Parts: sequence; C-alpha cells; structure tokens
Amino acid sequence: MHNFDIEKPSSVSEAVAALAAEGAQALAGGQTLIPTMKQRLAAPEKLVLLSGIEELKGISASGGKLTIGAATTHAEVAADGSYPALSALAADIGDPAVRNRGTIGGSLANNDPSADYPAAVLASNAVVNTNKRAIAADDFFVGMFETALDEGEIITSVEFPLPEAASYQKIDQPASRFALVGVFVAKGANGWRVAVTGASNEGVFRWSAAEEALNGGGSLEGMAPDADGMIDDIHGSAAYRAHLVGVLTRRAVAAA
Amino acid sequence: MPADGGIGASTRRREDVRFLTGKGQYTDDINIRGQAYVHFLRSDIAHGKINNIDTSDAENMPGVIRIFTSKDFEGVGGVPCGWQVTDRFGQPMQEPKHPVLAEGKVRHVGEPIAAVVAETREQARDAAEAIIVDIEELPAVIDMKAALQDGATKVHDDLTGNLCFDWGFVEENREAVDEAIRNAAHVTTLELTNNRLVANPMEPRVAIGDYDAARDEHTLYTTSQNPHVIRLLMGAFVLGIPENKLRVIAPDVGGGFGTKIFHYQEEAFCTFAAKAVNRPVKWTSSRSEAFMSDAHGRDHVTKIELALDENGKFLAVRTDTYANMGAYLSTFAPSVPTWLHGTLMAGNYTTPLVYVNVKAVFTNTVPVDAYRGAGRPEATFQLERVIDKAARELGIDPIELRRRNFIQPDQYPYATPVALEYDTGNYPATMDKLVEIADIKGFAARKAESESRGKKRGLGIAHYIEACGIAPSNLVGQLGARAGLYESATVRVNPTGGLVVMTGSHSHGQGHETTFPQVVAEMIGIDAGMVEIVHGDTANTPMGMGTYGSRSIAVGGSAIVRATEKIIAKARKIAAHLLEASDEDIELKDGQFTVKGTDKSVAWGDVCLAAYVPHNYPLEDLEPGLEETAFYDPANFVYPAGAYACEVEVDPETGKVEIMSFCAADDFGNIINPMIVEGQVHGGLAQGIGQALLEHCVYDENGQLVSGSYMDYAMPRADDLPSFVTDTSCQTPCTHNPLGVKGCGEAGAIGAPPAVVNAVVDALADMGVTHIDMPLTPARVWSAIQAAK
Repeated sequence: MHNFDIEKPSSVSEAVAALAAEGAQALAGGQTLIPTMKQRLAAPEKLVLLSGIEELKGISASGGKLTIGAATTHAEVAADGSYPALSALAADIGDPAVRNRGTIGGSLANNDPSADYPAAVLASNAVVNTNKRAIAADDFFVGMFETALDEGEIITSVEFPLPEAASYQKIDQPASRFALVGVFVAKGANGWRVAVTGASNEGVFRWSAAEEALNGGGSLEGMAPDADGMIDDIHGSAAYRAHLVGVLTRRAVAAA
Repeated sequence: MPADGGIGASTRRREDVRFLTGKGQYTDDINIRGQAYVHFLRSDIAHGKINNIDTSDAENMPGVIRIFTSKDFEGVGGVPCGWQVTDRFGQPMQEPKHPVLAEGKVRHVGEPIAAVVAETREQARDAAEAIIVDIEELPAVIDMKAALQDGATKVHDDLTGNLCFDWGFVEENREAVDEAIRNAAHVTTLELTNNRLVANPMEPRVAIGDYDAARDEHTLYTTSQNPHVIRLLMGAFVLGIPENKLRVIAPDVGGGFGTKIFHYQEEAFCTFAAKAVNRPVKWTSSRSEAFMSDAHGRDHVTKIELALDENGKFLAVRTDTYANMGAYLSTFAPSVPTWLHGTLMAGNYTTPLVYVNVKAVFTNTVPVDAYRGAGRPEATFQLERVIDKAARELGIDPIELRRRNFIQPDQYPYATPVALEYDTGNYPATMDKLVEIADIKGFAARKAESESRGKKRGLGIAHYIEACGIAPSNLVGQLGARAGLYESATVRVNPTGGLVVMTGSHSHGQGHETTFPQVVAEMIGIDAGMVEIVHGDTANTPMGMGTYGSRSIAVGGSAIVRATEKIIAKARKIAAHLLEASDEDIELKDGQFTVKGTDKSVAWGDVCLAAYVPHNYPLEDLEPGLEETAFYDPANFVYPAGAYACEVEVDPETGKVEIMSFCAADDFGNIINPMIVEGQVHGGLAQGIGQALLEHCVYDENGQLVSGSYMDYAMPRADDLPSFVTDTSCQTPCTHNPLGVKGCGEAGAIGAPPAVVNAVVDALADMGVTHIDMPLTPARVWSAIQAAK
C-alpha cells in the first residue's frame, strides 16, 4: 500500500469539498477499495472517509417507502427487517466482518457486476439520492463498475418503495462467494420487475422477457436469457449462467 | 496410567494454550535488531528469455541496501532435488538446475528474477517496481500431453524435450498385465484428472537469514516441517556452509500439509544475503506470492483399466499417468507420482497383476510436490473410482464388489504385486463398521425422501489403504531417495526427575507436545506434565528427518520409545545399586523402582537425583547423568486403512452438491490420543472434500495463474462440511514398531475424494452420468448432466 492522507468530514458538504482535491477518493466501508490499495492496484493520494457523517446513516420507513442512509452497513440492513427480502439479501453478503464494515452506498457506487445490492435496487425500482439529485435505478447502473455518478458526487441515501412481494435467490461463486448469479424479483405498483446480477458482462440488468411473461400472465417455464454477453470464466460458462438466471427467477417468484 | 493422561487418554493439547491466546512464536514474530527486508521481483510471464535486468534506477531509491540478481549467485549451487527416479529403460531422470534467482530464462509465473534488500518492506517493494526487466516472451508449455509432442517448446533448453522420466512399475509385469486385460471377461476403463491444488497453510512461508560475522555463523529461521533437512540441502548443495556453521530453526509453524517440507530459494537467498549485506534479512510471503511460489500438489492425468473375471474378481490393473512436475524439480517431486503412488495400486485388494506407467512432464508452472497424502490420494482416487464404475457396469453392489476382492484377515503378512508387504489389516471389519455407522440399510429411504424434494441423493463408498510412517532407509535408498528416513530422539532427564525430549520430528499442527509426553509418561509411570518436548532447532535436537508422510508417531514416536527404554535400563541399574539388589530383580511401576517380591523401593525422582549427585553411585560401572539418544529406522511402512461413506444431495437444476453425511471407519492400530486422532481425521476429510468439491489451481494457455487468490481459489469452509461421524475402534496394531501405531494425518485426504465423487456419480447415474472430474463445482455437475442427456 502506498502512503496517503486521510480526511474525515462530518457533513456531506465538507465531504464534497474534500473530494474536489486532486487524487482524492471517497472511502465508505472500504471492503473493495482497501484490498485494491493493498494490492497496489489503486493509489489515491487522499482518502475522504464517509464514516463520520451522521446524516448518511440510518434506516427509516414511511409512506410505503424504506429510506436507507448510504453509510448504513449491511449488518444494519440485515437486522432491520421492514423489507424482508432486502434484509435477507444483506444478511448473505460476504461474512460478518464484511457486513459490519461494508455499506449500501459503497456497494452501489462501486457497482461490482457480482454484487448483490444492485439487483435489489433495480428490481425494487428504488431511487438513489445523491448530494446533487435523485437518480432512478433504471438510470443509475451504466455498466460493469460504472454508474451515473459524476466525479465527486456522493450517494446520500436509497429509497425503496416497499413491494407487495419480493425475493432474492443466488448461487454463490464457490471461492469469493459473490453471486455467480443472483436474481431479485419484486412486485410493485407497476407489476413484477426482475433484476439479475453476477451473470452479465454489462453488470446488473433487468430481464425484460421474464417481466413480460410475469406481468402478462405467461409462464417462466423453460425460459432463459440469451447466453451472449454472459460472463464466462472458470466458475461457470455463459450457458450455465444463462440457465441459472431462468432457474433462480422461477425460484424467486415462487418464494416471493 | 499417569494421572494426567498416558497412552489412550484424550489429553487436551497443551500447545493450544499459547496458540489460542496469541502467544505462539511463529517465524514472522521473530524480529532481529537491525534486520533488513527483502522483496522478490517475480516473473509475471510464464516463459521468457531474460535479455537484460536494469537495476540502476531502483538502486537509488530510498532505503535500498542492495539489489541481487543471478549474477550475484555465480558459483552458488541450485536448489537440489532429493530423489532420483530411474526410468523404464534404466536411465536416470532428467534433472535441470533450479537457480536461486532466474538465470537467463524465466520458467513460471512467480519465479524470482531479482531481490531487493532495503530498510523497510515497502521500500524494498517500491524499488522492485523500479527494476526494468527486458524479457522476450516465449510460448508457454502448459498442457502435459502437448508438452511431449515432437517440436514442442522446451522448458529447459539443455534437456532433451520436456519428459523428466518415463517410469514403469512393475516393469516385468507389463506384458502379463496386457495379456490379462486382453483376455478378461470384463474391463472397466476410466479417464480422469486429479486436480492441481495449492496447499494454503494458514501461515505463509517466512525466512530470516542472520549472520554472525565475529563467529562466522549462519542462522536461518524458517517455516519448515524439517529443519535438519533444510540445513543439509542448503548447506551442502546450495551455499557450501558446513553444518557446524549453520543453524536452522523452525519455531511454531502454522500448518504445512507438505508444502513446507521442501527447500526453497527464498531460504537460501536470505541466508546468503545476510552475509553479503551483513544484516539480518527477512522475507515474509504475501498470500499472493504463496499461490505462485509454494509447491503445488497433485495434477495427474490418468487412464486406468481394471480387468475382472466373470465373478467380479480383480485380475489386473493398468494405469497410464501424466504427472506434472512444473518448471523445476522440487525437493521430493519425483517420488510422489512413482514410489508413493505406484506402490499403492493394489489397494486393499488381491489383484495379482499391476502395471503403472508414469510420464513426468516439465511445464511452465510452479513446481509440484508432495501435498497431504502425496501420491497415495492419486492412487486411491483412480482405484476407488474405477471399482465403483466396474460395480455399476456389472450390476454388483459397490460394497459387495470390494468385499469379494479384499485381502482377508488371515493373509497377513501380505505381499502385494507392487513391492509392499502389508503387515496387518482387517478390511472386512472396517467395511462392517462403516455399514453400521453410516446406516447403509437406511439409504433407500433417505433417497426417497430427498427425491420427494426434487433432489438427487447418492451414496459413495471408498476403502483406502496408505503406506506411511515413511520409511525404511535402505529400501528408499534403493528407490532413489538421497536421504535416510529414520527419526531421532534424545531424552534428557533432569536431576529432580523431569524430562526433556528433543525430537527430530516437527510439530506444525499435529500436537506432538501433547502426545509424545503421553508415551514417555506411560513408560515411566510419571505425570505427562513432567515431560517437555523440544523440536525445530538443529542446535538442540539430534539430526532428524522431520514430519510428513504420517510418520511422526510411527517413526519419531518409536525413536522416543527406544531412547526412553535406554533411560529406564540405566535408571534400573542405579535403582539396583540404591536398593542393593541385582538389576534383573528391579521392576518399574508407577514411577517406583521396586525389588520384586519385596516392599523395598526407590522413587523415580530419587534415582534421577542419584544420577546427577552421584555420592552413593556405582561410578566404577556406570557413568553419571541420565541422557540417551536413539535413532529409529522403521522395518517397514505402516498401513492404516479405512472405509468411508459419503451421502450427497444434488440439485439437478443448478448442479449444486450438498454433503448430507460423511462417515469414516479407520484402522490406525493403537492410538495414543483419540481426540488428536479425531482432529487429524476431521482435517484430512475437510481437505479431501475441498479437493473433491472446491479447490482447483487453474492456469490459462499462456501460463497465467487464473486462480491466484481466494477470490478464485475456493477453500473449504465450515459450512461446506457436514458434522463428521468417525470411528477408530477397528484396530490391527502395527507389528513392527514398539507402539503398534500407524499414521493418521493423511488418511482423510486420501479416502475422501473418491467417496465424494462416487456419491455424486451415484446420485446422477440414472441420468447417464458416469464420471465428473474434480472439483465438482455446480457448473461442472450441471455440464455433466447436460452432456449425458
């Protein structure tokens, strides 16, 4: 790890100001950034810690919406329970150490193609709030490790409309235990949404054919998305991942 | 039995007090005043010609003391290989030089090219990044069969091709085996891969070189399973330092699993560099370095054929194996696919004819050497898989087919067609015990229940034997070992009766500090708490061969028994003098020497005091003091065996395998500490299940290590494993060592993989699946189901 400076602001505005400096990088729970720095694959000159900002923390429910502060840890979401499928997802991220440090905001800003939270946010039609704006889930995830966030823009909270029914099903990649494939289904005001993580080279995506079938009263039996564009590695072929998307979607709908 | 636990007591591990309270002293815990740090610049390409190494910028970086390349090692030997295999045609294997730092070429990702010694670890790493290496990349040799084709790129330009050796065993049986297979009523054939593994001990390797210029003495602290072997190999073959000037210390070591047997370049480098810069030099491996520099395990590709008669009796076994050596020969690499593998191909069975062919191949990968079981898991996996396949083809129950071919209890000693003589065993008994503890009768009902939930359930059986307690020195000498394989012990009695046992064995998880005192205490009849164990330092232990091959209690324990017998013999003479009786009339019981048939006695402690304060002492006949050394060379291997049953549920839609139960009935002969033995079985099973379901070291076609971290290399975790059912009540004691013990350290890793794979294949047999190569990941299981459709 190379040397770096640390700044620990106590408000979002201070954090935004600190991030304006050359070579500055926000640090949320650090579950991706710190290992990357230890490998010398990233060498920010300054880390701006978000963990000291109270306004980024906490969970509140009102008007059929669950609002989670960006610096809320996975363990806190897991313990909340007001959105059971989301809490179950959080309870199965990584291991206890990861869940006690990692945050929902950090996970979404990183947008790892195998992370769990992006599937929940996209399927739930959640809104990602930042220091500048509110971004709809459909606009937030741009591609593998890419989001709609601008340079220096900080996620402040995520608003989940509480669905009628929802479930997350995943098969772990055996080594990392990230999602080899994870499927989150949620039935909200406008019907079912199906979001898939772990499978695609483009990161999280909505499986629209499955949504159409579900919302049109059709059957998911035998359905699977096209294997083109699916991740193909030592843990599973593209065909296997495409097959799993179908299996896990059916199981998620059954469990929701 | 001693009040605090003798032979047979599940005494708690005394070493755990320091391990579990953070008070262990591991090599990385040692810091010597003035020490510098080394960072190795390692090759990031698999195969290339080094045109130039420019260190000029790096040398001027902050904190840099000196940068070393192969030029600094001219006149220094290569890291030696400790075993020479002779091929089918009577020729010695091809043996390339293994330089401390790459000479002219790099041959695997991770090979050290240069080494920076600096004031801090970070400075050394910074400077290493500033070294400019001009390498002309060459095609990587990865696939073993491709490596042996005409015109293949050579890993070593000065060798003839990439074949290290072509070994046949038993060569005289070759034609008879071919004939038996041609004429057999049934032949079952199976092609399989024994997956390449990375050992991953919890503690990565560490080395510290220290040089005392005033005394001209070298000390190496290292994470080793056998410090004397390191001293011998490094002193005599690499650096030319006589043993009296070289001390090797392996303090607490956090797991070895074989990969810490071997002598590595980093040890030689730190020892050499400490003198060159006149500073202690420390290296601590990162986990990433461990993946690309610790010797790997397994990596065999095999075709096995089993010939049977119309009654299912085994007639012959023929195997054809390609064994990956990696880029260089690690210390015991050639012995693993040959003598530790071919000799096990009779298994527990009366197969009269066996022929094993092994082609050992150089590739541009990390060297491959012994890993928990070493050759015996590879043998057992093939044999127990092909027997299972034969049972299915012939419609015979797999337990029954094994029973029909078991060596029977009245056949011992039993000479196999592959050179071993099994001294004892009772395989029908271990199989009976397994049938009982695994509730084999209840399997059909459990299977029906699983199927009602949409899951496929399978039962897998394996029966293993291993040859361990390695090994008779004269025998292994004939087979190519460049070392003896005895073990040593010095027992030193203190004046007030406490003892120190200095053993050549090395404990790195096995619990020697607990079990060895149980043996000595039992023999004398004193508390085990009066006995301390010293190991791991060449300066204060007799020349020992270390710990591997499940040899510590069978060989090291036997040396302790022999030394303790000498102590008791001398103490009896002293007691006879004190009691004014003759030696033959003295009995030792519960720490008291008594004149037979009288109430005259003297306590152990008083005899010991007399030895060191010899006022009333037969000085004209007996030296004062009470200290004895014994070297024990075993007459034979020991042959633990056992029956394993694994039950799995497979999700046919996802391919995910869940182990529902795992039962092990082992015969380890006599047992010193049942709790420690059970722990060894658990650990072995976990590693065996890890190999079967999870672990896989993968190189791509360019020689890049794809599974180079825990993000891609799957280790078994607690929730991957069931609660094991173990039983060690079947005991046929070893006939040739004084404790009647066999080894238990590798058993689980040997027997588990075939049991797991047999179970998964059983679960999927009705879908047409006949084999799946390890690891049985969900993706592979699903693919096998699709392929069988």
